[in-house]
Amino acid sequence: MSVAPLVVALVQVTVAVVLAPLVIGVTRQTRARLEGRVGAGVLQPARDLRKLLAKTPLRAAGTSPVTVAAPVVLLTSSLLLAALVPLVAALPLALVPGDLFVVVSVLLVGTVAIALLGLDGGSAFGGMGSSRHMTIAALVEPTVLVAVYALSIPAGSSALPLIVAARRDHPASIATPAGVLAVVALGIVVLAETGRLPIDNPSTHLELTMIHEAMVLETSGRDLAWVDLASWLRLSVLLGLVGNLLLPWGVAGAAAVGPVLLGALALAGKLALLAALLATAEVGMAKLRLFRVPELLAGSFVLAFLAVTASYLLA
Amino acid sequence: MNGVAWGLLGQAVLAACAVTLAVATRGRARAVLAGASCALLSAAGATTGALALGGGTVVVRIPTALPTPPLVIAPDRLGGVLMLLVGTVGVIASLYAIGYVRGAAASRTQWAALALFLLGMELVPAAGDVVSFLLAWELMAAASTVLVVAEHAHRRTAREAAVWYAVMTHLSFVLILAGFAALSAAGGATSFAALTGTDPARAGTGVAFVLLVVGFAAKAGVAPLHVWLPRAHPEAPSHASALMSAAMVSLGAYGILLVGIRLLPGGPTWWAVLLVALGAGSAVCILHASVATDLKRLLAYSTSENLGLVVAAIGLTMLLRTHHVPGAASAALVAALLLLVSHAAFKVTLFLGAGAVLRGTGERDLDRMGGLVHTMPWTAATFGIGSLGAAALPVTGGFVAEWALLQALIHGVRPADRAVAVVVPLTLGLIALTAGLALVTFVKAFGIAFLARARSAGTLGAREVPVTMRVALVLGAAAVLALGVLPGPVAAALAAAAGLSGGDGARATGLGGVALTGVGAVLSPAALTGLAAVVALPALVAMLVAARRRPATTGVLGWGCGGVRTDPRMQYNATSYAEPVTRIFDDALQPSRDVVVTHVAESAYLAERVRFAQHVDDVVEARLYRPLVAAADAVADRARRVQNGSINRYLAFSFTALVAVLLVVVA
Repeated sequence: MSVAPLVVALVQVTVAVVLAPLVIGVTRQTRARLEGRVGAGVLQPARDLRKLLAKTPLRAAGTSPVTVAAPVVLLTSSLLLAALVPLVAALPLALVPGDLFVVVSVLLVGTVAIALLGLDGGSAFGGMGSSRHMTIAALVEPTVLVAVYALSIPAGSSALPLIVAARRDHPASIATPAGVLAVVALGIVVLAETGRLPIDNPSTHLELTMIHEAMVLETSGRDLAWVDLASWLRLSVLLGLVGNLLLPWGVAGAAAVGPVLLGALALAGKLALLAALLATAEVGMAKLRLFRVPELLAGSFVLAFLAVTASYLLA
Repeated sequence: MNGVAWGLLGQAVLAACAVTLAVATRGRARAVLAGASCALLSAAGATTGALALGGGTVVVRIPTALPTPPLVIAPDRLGGVLMLLVGTVGVIASLYAIGYVRGAAASRTQWAALALFLLGMELVPAAGDVVSFLLAWELMAAASTVLVVAEHAHRRTAREAAVWYAVMTHLSFVLILAGFAALSAAGGATSFAALTGTDPARAGTGVAFVLLVVGFAAKAGVAPLHVWLPRAHPEAPSHASALMSAAMVSLGAYGILLVGIRLLPGGPTWWAVLLVALGAGSAVCILHASVATDLKRLLAYSTSENLGLVVAAIGLTMLLRTHHVPGAASAALVAALLLLVSHAAFKVTLFLGAGAVLRGTGERDLDRMGGLVHTMPWTAATFGIGSLGAAALPVTGGFVAEWALLQALIHGVRPADRAVAVVVPLTLGLIALTAGLALVTFVKAFGIAFLARARSAGTLGAREVPVTMRVALVLGAAAVLALGVLPGPVAAALAAAAGLSGGDGARATGLGGVALTGVGAVLSPAALTGLAAVVALPALVAMLVAARRRPATTGVLGWGCGGVRTDPRMQYNATSYAEPVTRIFDDALQPSRDVVVTHVAESAYLAERVRFAQHVDDVVEARLYRPLVAAADAVADRARRVQNGSINRYLAFSFTALVAVLLVVVA
């Protein structure tokens, strides 16, 4: 196994960890400005993180080692995602080639970890959030796999670096009906998996409407810092993936300093753009009623299936 | 005599030994001696299977008094895989049974039936001709029926379950018997060696295929023939449910492999489509599993789902072979075998874990469990690993198997070929649906049973199980992880056993990873784990340093909206956890709900207590089987009028029959 792709993957993880709080900062700041508020600044999430990291966690009576382990597992899952998804460079690792199915299952490990964290607290809210979260995860899964299938047909492989590289080298394949439909379906999946509007409101303070927040109600101090960082990282990586599928330019194709630097800058640009777009869209949107969410997800499944059909008919 | 022959002989001797010990000894000695003999019998079976898998062959001919060809026992390499699988599961379950059996389950009948059941399951894949296959099959079916009914003295429901099981398993036997009869007639032989590669174009092979596949699918518990599983598994003693669910159903899938891949290869497209359609029922099964509250019923439905996927993978193999996509076909075949093996590993762990919970708490109802991770840590850890496997998450065998199947689907794209172009994406959609629901199912099963706080008194006073049972649980969990971390050698051996020679199909690659050579996909779970360790190392170090410097404050009050709300009844339970799923799939599940509100005497606006009950009937059973059973009952009622017990009437019947025969003969 050559060392260069591994080093690039580690660089990519570092870049993603640095960018993740900024991505959240950009969405919050954009949202604040659009709502006529001054906003706390792009750096506020990073400052929150530093504050939380210095605090001792409080754990509810009756919690088990799962409460200790879940933030670790969630963070590991997000970091591994950042290593596997082509963000800065599209260089497949020899033994772990960033296979989309592997990426999805790594994502699901994090999903399960936080669902168990929610249950372990033993409060009504934790269970409620966990139940909703897993239901949505179950409904998202078909869309993910079918969208992956549609994306992998033109590239002839389910390895993400190859898919991104194929789109970069043949830009015509981006604008095909199959490619567009699959990316739109994947976009809805990203919103659902990362708990954004219209599926979940990340800034809610009302327990009964919570999904993600309900699961982390019992988490505090540095535990909460790790969970937050992991969730932000997950959002950034998935946004980065959508960005690279839509605009695959700038992604490094070789393990050299120049292309990787360029790739990192391109990633920062794409993420800033997508984060601002996300916040802008969210300002004009209300959270869907929980039992309308399946309709949205069924819609995204239909889009993904149409993408498969289109790739067959218009191949 | 070579190793395989000695192994076969050893199994027969050990089975006789186990039955004798079960009958001759009593009390604790019976459990230890008979259990140890059963474990040895299974170990002998596993060894024989490993030798047969390694290429050792033997042909044992047993002459009979009948004018038929002699019985042939000749395990091939694929049979060796199944013998190894059954043997390994058997060792784990027998060890477990030593500590588990109590009351009626400790009877001599149970132990003798267990030994015969294990022997029957070892002989099915070893059989080399139709007659010995059927004899071994019937031994397995009859002995397992005895095991299902073992605890009938305590529970009425066990009797009902045993009736369902006996009927289904014998219907399956009749279909297989008829199917083999048709196949032997078409192929002109009864030994598998002579029937191998029978031309599917011959007359009668289509009928034989359908009969055999439906018969084997009933044994495998594939929807819509799954109705016996959710009844029989909860009622059987847990080691018996583990054996039935991990080993016996696998033999149903083996039967389909035997017919579809070995005896009748290259069948028409509709054969393959039939198998994939049978597999599609797994979506209904996992949906039922996701809303089930009885832990063992949940696991039974999950078995049905997994075997459905195996059958779909076999169908996919046949389809892709017929339509000349050999690479993806080989990957699908490897995936089918990996699914079978990994399912056996996680399902034996899960059923034994459920048995441990039952033993420790006396509960099977998830709604009354909770917090068991504190009182039963070994059971919790092993059940957790099993759940990961069942949810197909890394790094378990279930994940590798599902990955292989998805790779086969991705590379089976042939837009120009209509059958492939329709079947492949639909199969993918099916797998995607089942994968998502399996995730909810097992997060619910593990999270509700083992995390949070106890929901009943029995659960609060739970005790961890004795050491032999813990050893069995750990062995099962270790198998799940081993299949997940080092899948390469396993996949290569399975590919070779399935007749994919020279590394075609799968081979081992660096760090125990697997490479599907037919489709050019690589997965190394060990490397993935290593990468995870590398990227998470800085964070882990930071966490450990912080935890050492300033440990967390534990035992504080949980959030209750500003009040003290610590009643365990306020937690989410299994029913409420699955409520969103129940509501979304309302039309498919048709749950019946019952809400009773008792008002306070002074005011109709205040509720004193609210009682909620929900019941989800099996849709297939209610819609398909109940009408059939009702019709059979009606016919039987009519027939009863004919049989009034009067000797005169029976004489009249004989006379009429005689006249009818004479008329036919004369005409």
